[in-house]
Amino acid sequence: MAGNWFPIAQLTSSGRPIFQPGEVESNLLSSIDIESEENPNFPVFKSGVLILTTHRIIWIDESKNNNSSSSSSTSSASAISIPLGAVTHIFSPKKSIKSMFASPRIRFQVSVSTAGKVEEKGSRSMVITLVFRGSKSDPDTFVTKFWEAWRARSWEVLSSEKSDSNEKNFGSVESSSGLRMAGVSGILRKEQETWESTDKSLQDAFQDLNALMGKAKEMVMLAEKMRLKLLSGPTGQPSTTDEEMGSKQDMQDWLLSVGIASPVTKESAGALYHQQLSRQLADFVKIPLERAGGMTALIDVYCLFNRARGTELISPEDLLQACAIWAKFDVPVMLRKFDSGVMVIQNKSHSDEEVFARIMALVLKPEALRLGVSASDAAMTLGIAPALAKEHLLTAETKGLLCRDVSAEGFRFYINLFKEIDLNDIHLYVTNPVETVWYVIVHIHRLLKLT
Amino acid sequence: MQKLGDFKLPQFFNYPPYFTLQPVRDTREKQVQLWKELILDYCRNQKIFVIGIEEEFPLFTNQVIERFLSHEAKETFLSALVSEGRAEWMDKGHKRCLILWHRIQEWADIIMRFVKETGLEDSVMTIEEIRSGIESRGTELHGMDRTILTRALKLLEQKGKAAIFKGSSADDEGVKFSA
Repeated sequence: MAGNWFPIAQLTSSGRPIFQPGEVESNLLSSIDIESEENPNFPVFKSGVLILTTHRIIWIDESKNNNSSSSSSTSSASAISIPLGAVTHIFSPKKSIKSMFASPRIRFQVSVSTAGKVEEKGSRSMVITLVFRGSKSDPDTFVTKFWEAWRARSWEVLSSEKSDSNEKNFGSVESSSGLRMAGVSGILRKEQETWESTDKSLQDAFQDLNALMGKAKEMVMLAEKMRLKLLSGPTGQPSTTDEEMGSKQDMQDWLLSVGIASPVTKESAGALYHQQLSRQLADFVKIPLERAGGMTALIDVYCLFNRARGTELISPEDLLQACAIWAKFDVPVMLRKFDSGVMVIQNKSHSDEEVFARIMALVLKPEALRLGVSASDAAMTLGIAPALAKEHLLTAETKGLLCRDVSAEGFRFYINLFKEIDLNDIHLYVTNPVETVWYVIVHIHRLLKLT
Repeated sequence: MQKLGDFKLPQFFNYPPYFTLQPVRDTREKQVQLWKELILDYCRNQKIFVIGIEEEFPLFTNQVIERFLSHEAKETFLSALVSEGRAEWMDKGHKRCLILWHRIQEWADIIMRFVKETGLEDSVMTIEEIRSGIESRGTELHGMDRTILTRALKLLEQKGKAAIFKGSSADDEGVKFSA
């Protein structure tokens, strides 16, 4: 089993690795085999996607990852990782006549435990070979980046920061003993402190350009730490006031837009760009979708996604392509195009029926029976964008549930009474409950108007 | 109940979407049917034979809810009547529409019944006499549209039940019925 040899790498539901705090990917390659020539029992790792990050080498079994029927139990074994901290030596690629014809190979030594599992500071060692099967892959670039990442030792910065912050935070916001006395206001105060120290860091940084490189990393760490703190902070605080709730909401809004620490870029992902972008996007839209009731306009997603990416902006074309690839993966979201051409992202579980039920409830209210509903009325009730609300209303109209009224007062929708009216008896009072309700309401209104 | 003159309007006349041409097929079909019925009913009740699409027509406006039919909607509803043989366009530009709440054949039958009841077989009448004479007073024929009347008489002529004589002017065209 792969798990006996390597630590398992956690994946998101759409098959992107879950990164550790401060971890950033620097290179993606496809069609990579992992071998270990000295171990005859070494399991088969064939033709997977290899992701080099500042902390790890992650290898994802593409065949399992793309298989939509794979359950969580099998997908857990489909990705492994090699912590860079376990790497003890990287061998220079051999330049020989033979190597010109074979697939490029890169060897490196890792430390392993006595049981043979890769880990940091293991007592034994093992040589691992990466075989580049893909014709497009560029081993030289990989080796350069591998060296850079290995030498930078960014994983160590993280672990030392971790122990630091635990000491500093003792007794204030989130002590390890679970003493969370300060609540959201505490977090906000903590925020203030963090900002002050950030401010100091900034001033320091500008005084000495040489120190800037070192400080830059600190900045990233700070941002990341803030994120984590805010995420874990407010839980288990039942006594939050409205104001606190409001600020908590604000915080989470910021958090959402702080977003993506390791955006997939053309530079890092190369040929795998759109595929990886697609997976990252699928993970990203989950929260905005949940808040928007299961459907969000593509334009909104574009803004949110790019805002979360910060500087590594993507083009609308890239976004569209990334959405289009979803059809091939087992992701819980999908792209939908309305008849009008408006495109939205929605949960696969999203049902129009539920929306229709809510729209019907809305148009059957006395006020709506008399005056109809506009797209903005529906938007407010359903808690969605007016453009989307209009799409829903139009769809309900197509289904024969509603009908339109275009006048100087605007474009409004009413419950469809046409099908209720009996052609043979157009002058008689109707017995149909819906129509009766409508008439009663209209008559009451007229009486009120007359008096 | 709302009224237009002495015509009782149906309840749905105050339903705002009734005045907007519905784009969805099923809904529109029902809407067109309701309008056809209402137009025929109203014209029969008010003895209206011609609707000018560009002229004001009380039925096409609802002051109470401040809605009125668009030109497109009017033409759609009248065209629906035309395609059913319950109306005819009087010009190529579809500006005036002849409403046949009785079809021409029905008008012809009514004329023959009138002729029999008043014992005017084998006697000669002018067309104007049928429309406005003492004999037709109180019948549906009184005040009927001249175009429709002429068309009905021509139909009778084809069947050999009447003979039309050309007079010196349009006013004194005569007709002789034969039983």
